Amino acid sequence: MENILSVITFIPFIGMLIICCLPKNSVGLIKGVALVATGIPLILATQLYFGYDPMAGADGAYAYVEQIDWITGIGAQYHVGIDGISLPLVWLTSILLFLGVPASFGIQKSQKAYYALLLLLEVGVFGVFISLDYFLFYVFWEIMLLPMYFLIGIWGGPRREYAAIKFFLYTLAGSVLLLIAVIALRLQMTDIAPETPFSIPAMVAAASEGLLTGASLPNGGLLLGMEFSTWAFWFLFIGFAIKVPVFPFHTWLPDAHVQAPTPISVILAGILLKLGGYGMMRACFPIMPVAFYENAYILAILGVISIVYGSFVALGQTDFKRMVAYSSVSHMGYVLLGVGAMTVWGAEGAAMQMFAHGTSSAAMFMVVGVIYDRAHHRDLNGFGGLSQPMPVYWGLTTICFFAGLGLPTMSGFIAEALTLVGAFQSDDIRFQALVLISIIGVVITAAFLLWAIQRVFLGTLNEKYKDYPDMNFREIFCMVPLLILCIVFGIFPNLILDVMHPSLDHLVTLLTAGGN
Amino acid sequence: MDLTFHPETDFKLLLAVPLIPLCGYIIQIFLGRFLPRKGDWVVTTGMFATMCITVYMFAKALNHQMGGGGHGGEHEAETAVLSFFHESKDIGFSWNWLYNAPEILQSPELAAKMQNLTVGLLYDGLGSAMLAVVGIVSFFVHLFSMGYMKGDHRYHIFFANISLFTVAMLSLILSDNILFLFIFWEVMGLMSYLLIGHFSHDPKSHRITHAAAACKKAFLTTRIGDCCLLIGFMMFFYNYGTFGFHELWAFTTEDVAANGWQAWHHTAGLFLFGGTVGKSAQFPLHIWLPDAMEGPTPVSAMIHAATMVAAGVFLLGRVYPMLSPEVLTVVTATGALTAIFAATIGMTVYDIKGVLAYSTISQLGFMVAAIGTGGLGLVAGLFHMVTHAFFKACLFLSAGSVIHGCHHEQDMRKMGGLRRKMPITFICMLVCTLAIAGMPMFSGFYSKDKIVQSTMMANELAPSWATAFAGLALPLAASLTAFYMFRLIIMTFFGKPKDQHVHDHAHESPLPMTIALTALAFLGMFGGQFWLANMDIMGSHATWFETLVGYDAHHGLSVFEGMYPGITLQNTYLGVESAAALTKVGADAHHSALILSLTVAGLGILVAFMAYQWKVRAFSPEKFTSTIAPIYRTVLNKYYIDEFVNKTFIRLSMVVAYVFKWFDETIIDGIVNTVGRLNRILGTIMAWFDKTFVDGLVNLVGALSNGFGAALRLIQTGRIQQYVSFAVAGGLATVAWLLLF
Repeated sequence: MENILSVITFIPFIGMLIICCLPKNSVGLIKGVALVATGIPLILATQLYFGYDPMAGADGAYAYVEQIDWITGIGAQYHVGIDGISLPLVWLTSILLFLGVPASFGIQKSQKAYYALLLLLEVGVFGVFISLDYFLFYVFWEIMLLPMYFLIGIWGGPRREYAAIKFFLYTLAGSVLLLIAVIALRLQMTDIAPETPFSIPAMVAAASEGLLTGASLPNGGLLLGMEFSTWAFWFLFIGFAIKVPVFPFHTWLPDAHVQAPTPISVILAGILLKLGGYGMMRACFPIMPVAFYENAYILAILGVISIVYGSFVALGQTDFKRMVAYSSVSHMGYVLLGVGAMTVWGAEGAAMQMFAHGTSSAAMFMVVGVIYDRAHHRDLNGFGGLSQPMPVYWGLTTICFFAGLGLPTMSGFIAEALTLVGAFQSDDIRFQALVLISIIGVVITAAFLLWAIQRVFLGTLNEKYKDYPDMNFREIFCMVPLLILCIVFGIFPNLILDVMHPSLDHLVTLLTAGGN
Repeated sequence: MDLTFHPETDFKLLLAVPLIPLCGYIIQIFLGRFLPRKGDWVVTTGMFATMCITVYMFAKALNHQMGGGGHGGEHEAETAVLSFFHESKDIGFSWNWLYNAPEILQSPELAAKMQNLTVGLLYDGLGSAMLAVVGIVSFFVHLFSMGYMKGDHRYHIFFANISLFTVAMLSLILSDNILFLFIFWEVMGLMSYLLIGHFSHDPKSHRITHAAAACKKAFLTTRIGDCCLLIGFMMFFYNYGTFGFHELWAFTTEDVAANGWQAWHHTAGLFLFGGTVGKSAQFPLHIWLPDAMEGPTPVSAMIHAATMVAAGVFLLGRVYPMLSPEVLTVVTATGALTAIFAATIGMTVYDIKGVLAYSTISQLGFMVAAIGTGGLGLVAGLFHMVTHAFFKACLFLSAGSVIHGCHHEQDMRKMGGLRRKMPITFICMLVCTLAIAGMPMFSGFYSKDKIVQSTMMANELAPSWATAFAGLALPLAASLTAFYMFRLIIMTFFGKPKDQHVHDHAHESPLPMTIALTALAFLGMFGGQFWLANMDIMGSHATWFETLVGYDAHHGLSVFEGMYPGITLQNTYLGVESAAALTKVGADAHHSALILSLTVAGLGILVAFMAYQWKVRAFSPEKFTSTIAPIYRTVLNKYYIDEFVNKTFIRLSMVVAYVFKWFDETIIDGIVNTVGRLNRILGTIMAWFDKTFVDGLVNLVGALSNGFGAALRLIQTGRIQQYVSFAVAGGLATVAWLLLF
């Protein structure tokens, strides 16, 4: 199929339209439509993933490209395509959104609107991952924001409105920075590529030829002592960093997670955070390679602060979900450290970390959801001995937590090891020091996860909980595929590294060229 | 039987060694509960097959080293050193681990700078001995567990976990690169976590809370060591670009031969050793091992004998050529300190398993110290690991049998006189106690004697403060070992019953348990000498282990051809001028070592009998402890190290955690909220300004601004969809404006 990417992206949209037309109380039908509308993209994306020729992404090429004029007045195009960086994330999105539907079956409040928004969210996320046109990218970026706001704000916990507004305004602030930078870049591209001024590949190509420096601007692009490209770099970076989230832009995350319903937390942690890291790799670093090269160590420092700081804050939490949320902050720090080091293994570790974290942290939020559904609280100190009434729950949680702490034979280990070894390979001594510091995070991560297991599952059973039913089929069904992915990619990392390698190799070549 | 090693077929057989128990694990975890006897026979049969293969392969290695192996005349020459060393990579039996797509591997521009990781198996003398030991000990521990764990409410899970534990150790031994060693090293950490915490799920167990804390402590403490190991091999990878053991040895020794040991070699070597400190429970990371007693006794036998702690010593054997003399000094000192320090604690413990736990730490100290002295010490330390695995497994299982027989009583003060009630257990335990005490003709003697000899040689050839310390500490620790082990035997099996109730109900253990005990006791007795080349009691003789790894004292300087073929070690016997000189030093040390080790062991046993059996007044333990009460209290409390760690590192981490949490919630989030609040105030002021001034002046403009102010207020009330439309529209308008003008 030539236009398979568009099909994958817009099937959920069709599903959303169908759900909108269905009567409010035919809940079974709505759920069925949602399952089908997320199931078909899953099948197609799986087919796409396993049928992908790794060399299709070599030398910055893209596969399954569709390019048609869209808004000719400003030069925006409908230009989509995938490479080794986006394909695993597209696949991950299709998996998590599909699992998100059965995970949402417990939700009782206005289901019609819920599933419609969920499908709209999927459209936005797919769109961001496949867009090769910056205007299109921005449109999808904003499309995705809105459903998330409502999903937290309507179906969330007691402080949902505060959390939703915080999430929205914070992310919107990032979007504004993004928009300014995009417009600035678009204006620069007018002379360089008048046909496709918003095209990301064209911008990357121009940047690698040293054209996107703003030299044609008054004052040579110099503003307040900073170069045009540096301004653009920081605007884009902060725009994406809020989404990752990178310290110190992370405080929206715990609030959003704690208030969001379980399936939304799963999707938020599993996919939405990846948009930030993906955005940097696709639409920020290769476009401003010189500014990136100069500031890479700052990014790595931010990454390491996120790793260590996030893990310590997680250690101090008493709320189960907040703890998992901070573990996300910690884990996503590896992405910056890995890319910042500009080595192939570092970049692959970063890309793999996005996938690995997408599966393991999604499963972790499901773990929290299971107990919250039963106990209606998340106080880590209020449980104890739950492995006795719920052995399956304990077993799956243990696998999931060990995936989270980067146990070898799990994908998280491959990601962390590649990141650390790759960053250590950098000839810059600062990166080696940063790797050594980030090791503290590895130990503390193990500490808070194991302490949580001890407090929740081991030891004397709290009498209140002795009659809790073990996980039901639906809960197991939602969690097990993620854990299988963790283990399979941990034992056979070539299944994912083969796909990513040519594209990331090219990315690293582009980035290191920024130093020359 | 064909005892020649054929790489093409035999590497496939070796691959089956970890795969058989792995299949057993998978069957057991999913189907165990539905099988008859909850599936214990599935994994035990699997382990039996594994044991047979490992022993068969071991026989091949030994056969080769004894001059068999079909090469005939080649190795007949007097000076040739036999080397048994095979890498499956050499015959193309390997796995492209990171990248495997043919398109990528064949792409010239990608392949040029690609760092793939090709993984294969490594089978050498050391590996063959270790593999056989793990196979044998694991099988008997499985067999023992069939009796010991009877009635446990997670019986099938226990067998699954212990099986996977073995898989991790077997794979670790076969790994040909340090990254894979690390992978299985960590998997073993997970399995020890699950097994030590086995009772933390059992509501009937009185250990439930302790087990929960102990398993976490074990994992976290060893993980500190694991992180050190990771840093260590990361530094080697940075400099030499490989994880493969053989390449690492070759690159390091070539580099050092050309440029000498560099600063980073010392740092990286210390970090590598950090892995051993964690896993092999060396001071100061030993604190997890005594707590690991909370696991079921068969698990303790596994952890203390074949797996886990042995892995740390095995690692030292694998990375030995990469350790600089300075690092080896630290290794010796750490080992010697651990040996003496744990032995003193072992004398004061009353828990029967606790004594054994501290004796393990102490014996590991012997091994590590010996390896640090290099040369013969390396061989002696690794050999001690092998013999120790047999007798320590047997000691733990015997202790398990005692505990089982006494209905889960572990305090030695309540035992006594059990030798008639449990004769098989008594004999097995006595044999292994004699072995650990270092009595001649028992396995432990052969390795411990070599260790003492190697420290003496080191003091002669390359004296340093560490070797001097080891030369004093190790014989003393050996003496203390003999003392506290016989204290255990006497308190448990001799004398009158201290607690009549316990005694009355004591009984010998069922058949699977006694079979396992007897078999391991047999190995504990004969494991050191079942085959002696050049049998010559007082002269220079080689034990089977030395033959296996190709160490022959007569060959002097080229001794390590057998373990590290093609490598010229840069950290061993550097100052020695000739093979003859080395042989002379070795022979001198051999005689003094023999006398010294016999004396200290005999003294220790004698004192134990005088103090506990014959109750000689001058040797009364009560009197002695009261004279040195403050010291005794310190030792009894394990030198307060746990308290120290709790008060410093753990408390510090928690303080940092709470400070960061406060900082996050108050400062960072506070700034975010303040910005939000300021905006709202600004909106309100603007709205007020709007209403009062602007509105009053120009109605039209005022109306517009009013809408603006209202819109700003709306941001904080949640009707965000409008705002987005404004933002997008504004953005679009800007774009349009910029484009048009």
